[in-house]
Amino acid sequence: MTDTLVEIRNLWLEGRSDEQWNPIINGVDLTLKRGEVMGLIGESGAGKSTLGLAAMGFCRDGVRISNGSVKFDGIDLLTASAATKRGLLGKRIAYVAQSAAASFNPAHKIIDQHVEGPTQHNVMSRAESEADGMALYEKLRLPDPEKIGFRYPHQVSGGQLQRAMTAMAMACRPDLIIFDEPTTALDVTTQIEVLASIRDIVKDFDTAAIYITHDLAVVAQMADQIKVLLKGDEVETADTRTMLSAPTQDYTKSLWAVRSFERPLKAPVVAGSVPVVSVQNVDAAYGKAKVLHDVSFDMHQGRTVAVVGESGSGKSTTARCITGLLPPTSGQISFGGEVMPADYRKRSKDQLRQVQMIYQMADTALNPRMSIGQIIARPVEFYLGLKGREKRAKVDALLEQIELEPSQYYNRLPSELSGGQKQRIGIARALAAEPKFIICDEVTSALDQLVAEGILRLLAKLQDDLKLSYMFITHDLATVRAIADEVVVMKDGRVVEAGPKAEMFQPPHHPYTDLLLSSVPEMDPDWLTNLLDQRGVDNIGDSAVGKM
Amino acid sequence: MSALFSIALWLGAIAVAAWLFRRLGQYASDNAPRFRDMSYGVAFGYVLGVAAIVWLALAYVASLSSDTAVANKFFFLGMAINGFLVFAAAAWVFRWLGRKIGTAGTRKLFRAMPLTASFGVLIILIYAIFSVFAGVIAPYGQDEILQGVAANIVPGGDPNLGGNPDFPLGTDQIGRDIMSRLIYGAQNTVGIAFATTLLAFFLGGSLGFLAAVVGGWTDQVLSRGVDVLMAIPSLIFALLLMTIASVWSSRLGIPLTVFMVLIIAVIDSTRVFRLARAVGQNIVVMDYIEAAKLRGEGMGYLVFREILPNATAPLLAEFGLRFCFVFLTIAALSFLGVGIQPPLADWGTMVRDSAAFINYAQFAPKAALTPLLAAGAIALLTVAVNFVVDWMLHRSSGLKE
Repeated sequence: MTDTLVEIRNLWLEGRSDEQWNPIINGVDLTLKRGEVMGLIGESGAGKSTLGLAAMGFCRDGVRISNGSVKFDGIDLLTASAATKRGLLGKRIAYVAQSAAASFNPAHKIIDQHVEGPTQHNVMSRAESEADGMALYEKLRLPDPEKIGFRYPHQVSGGQLQRAMTAMAMACRPDLIIFDEPTTALDVTTQIEVLASIRDIVKDFDTAAIYITHDLAVVAQMADQIKVLLKGDEVETADTRTMLSAPTQDYTKSLWAVRSFERPLKAPVVAGSVPVVSVQNVDAAYGKAKVLHDVSFDMHQGRTVAVVGESGSGKSTTARCITGLLPPTSGQISFGGEVMPADYRKRSKDQLRQVQMIYQMADTALNPRMSIGQIIARPVEFYLGLKGREKRAKVDALLEQIELEPSQYYNRLPSELSGGQKQRIGIARALAAEPKFIICDEVTSALDQLVAEGILRLLAKLQDDLKLSYMFITHDLATVRAIADEVVVMKDGRVVEAGPKAEMFQPPHHPYTDLLLSSVPEMDPDWLTNLLDQRGVDNIGDSAVGKM
Repeated sequence: MSALFSIALWLGAIAVAAWLFRRLGQYASDNAPRFRDMSYGVAFGYVLGVAAIVWLALAYVASLSSDTAVANKFFFLGMAINGFLVFAAAAWVFRWLGRKIGTAGTRKLFRAMPLTASFGVLIILIYAIFSVFAGVIAPYGQDEILQGVAANIVPGGDPNLGGNPDFPLGTDQIGRDIMSRLIYGAQNTVGIAFATTLLAFFLGGSLGFLAAVVGGWTDQVLSRGVDVLMAIPSLIFALLLMTIASVWSSRLGIPLTVFMVLIIAVIDSTRVFRLARAVGQNIVVMDYIEAAKLRGEGMGYLVFREILPNATAPLLAEFGLRFCFVFLTIAALSFLGVGIQPPLADWGTMVRDSAAFINYAQFAPKAALTPLLAAGAIALLTVAVNFVVDWMLHRSSGLKE
């Protein structure tokens, strides 16, 4: 028995699009020893997931392996028969997908899906496998491990489902698990729990893993080795500590540097100045369910207020109240000292113009059937009444402002742009109305780090040039650190803490703010270990929130 | 019983052949992955496909046999194979021409076109030409009873079998030229069906989107109203309304056809409403609709500029199907005597008028062809429209593979 578990040599993969084969992975090597965790990082489109799947000898439809070899424990997966592969997949190689909610079959109970692998591969009987599943649930610190398996996937939370999926992957005690961005869709406080459980269980069973993610801080906690990919090419590979402290390649250095973007602190707000937007004692409800309780804060000209909290804390609902999509049940929104009608339908065109929004998902925020020119031209025409050549000149100026070449992009459709470019178009559409105040709803959370940084820099520049005010909704504290002037922390529809950024990142904190801050992964590979040592497993993440 | 036994025997033989095929493949190709990982079902499929093609080829040869008893048995199959080959060739030639002639834009369109789509476009073009120039192309009038010509001349133009070379598709029971009536039928049936479907889509589509955007009470009232209309069996409802309309039409002096178009359009628009509302609701929750609403856009802009372009794919697919259903409804109403009124030529009526001839299929297949001509015209257009719609759907949905 050799020490090497997975050996990928000179692997080339191609994907079919536009009637031809385009390279996805160009001659990558990968060696994984037993019990070792390899982190794969890179931007979207770098080929991380494709490489992860290829390590299982599997290609998605429309992808083919054109050259190279993949050996798992001495077995060549590319030439192995279908029967041999069936014996390996699920039993000795397991896969944990990004979205557990989308990967579980909603029609079956969790435990029924858990026992499928072991019984199919004749590893355990059904009863044994059920008992083992419960033991695994307990190990992964799922609440009520005896009973949680008998629920349906929609009856447990996202973080719990992700852990149940990890338990399922562990069911046959595989030698290798591929984790494909298992925590990307989770809140920070949930993520930290999932990370801690995954790391423990992988260590306990001495399982080798390939951990795919775009979040450097996460991979620093999980991996023994890190491999950086860029557009299908390997940039560099090294063990985690070396990679973090002394990256050799420029691209890797630039990835590391993203986290250092920070704006100079602004002078405090002049006392007595009229805020651009003021949220005053707002209560709001969806039907009978009350979601906002007495929310108040001010936003001043040329400043950024970051609203932080987990999903369900009422950040986006507050934005909906400000835009008038959800009229508050009590309280009011005033704009430059003047009270705005609660319902957006009652607001004047000029009032609507003042408040613009940039959305999280640029894909759904831009009409896929309109060209970039049409999308930006519409508010120009609608609010400013420009026509013909004047309109075109204004659109060109806006495109230049967001750093896209007008002649190249004017006639393109949103589907022909990258994620970052689409987000820039969203910004241009908001700017076209010449607003004073822009709500940025998680604008960078769907983007790669380098691209997100570009967007943040652009927003900062526009703010300085145009004296804009931003309300920046986010759950990512690194982003807050980068661009906020004031911070508002929300939980369960209430403002927990609010104040200038400098104060917020200094103790003493409200306990919830403290928890949020401590849950953000740091680049230090010992961060998770230290945190667990300091607080104990029961005082991190959601279990700590529950105690509050 | 013997038929069942022979089917079982054939299937058994194919099953054995499939096993042999896979085994031999593995042996001959030195266990290449293609044969090694081939499941038994796939091997069975290959052999079954080959068997079906061999049988079709044998049947085609039999249909050309000089023995009339044998030839008659396979007459329709032979015709179908002939038709398939001719149309496939025509579609290929049409596409080849399209790639050579025309502007850069149309040439590019033809280059990306599958054969099914070029077949569909060709057929629709031919029908369009026939319906526009029916008066010029048709040798006789649609209601012209030809003096001194026998009724019920068999199609084919072979005097030995009761045909007449002057009337290649024969004459009907009162001596009208069937070819002329088929050509005029394109004008009447297709034109009316097209107008009806368009109207149904305009009505159902705009109301459906309105219900999706406004929601609340408007949605409830419209949707429940549609539910009521849908609860009544559509053909019986149409029949009832047509009976009422026939009284009005004589009193008001408006042709009954106008009423028919309106009635079928309203009844069919309920199905379109359902679809448009469902599709619209999925689009309305998108952020770009919210952005447009917050901009202060009016209802017209929201429905026609933001929602409609994103709903074209499912609506187009529905259009293809709906067009065929409207077609069949008109034929059914004509059959019951309240649709397109004689002496106007209509394919549905023509099928009904000569339906009895289908009984001759066993010994005089050419005589049985008479009702099938009009039915074939309906079927061909249906297939063509659906091919084109499939292709448009494929293009607009951005599916590459």
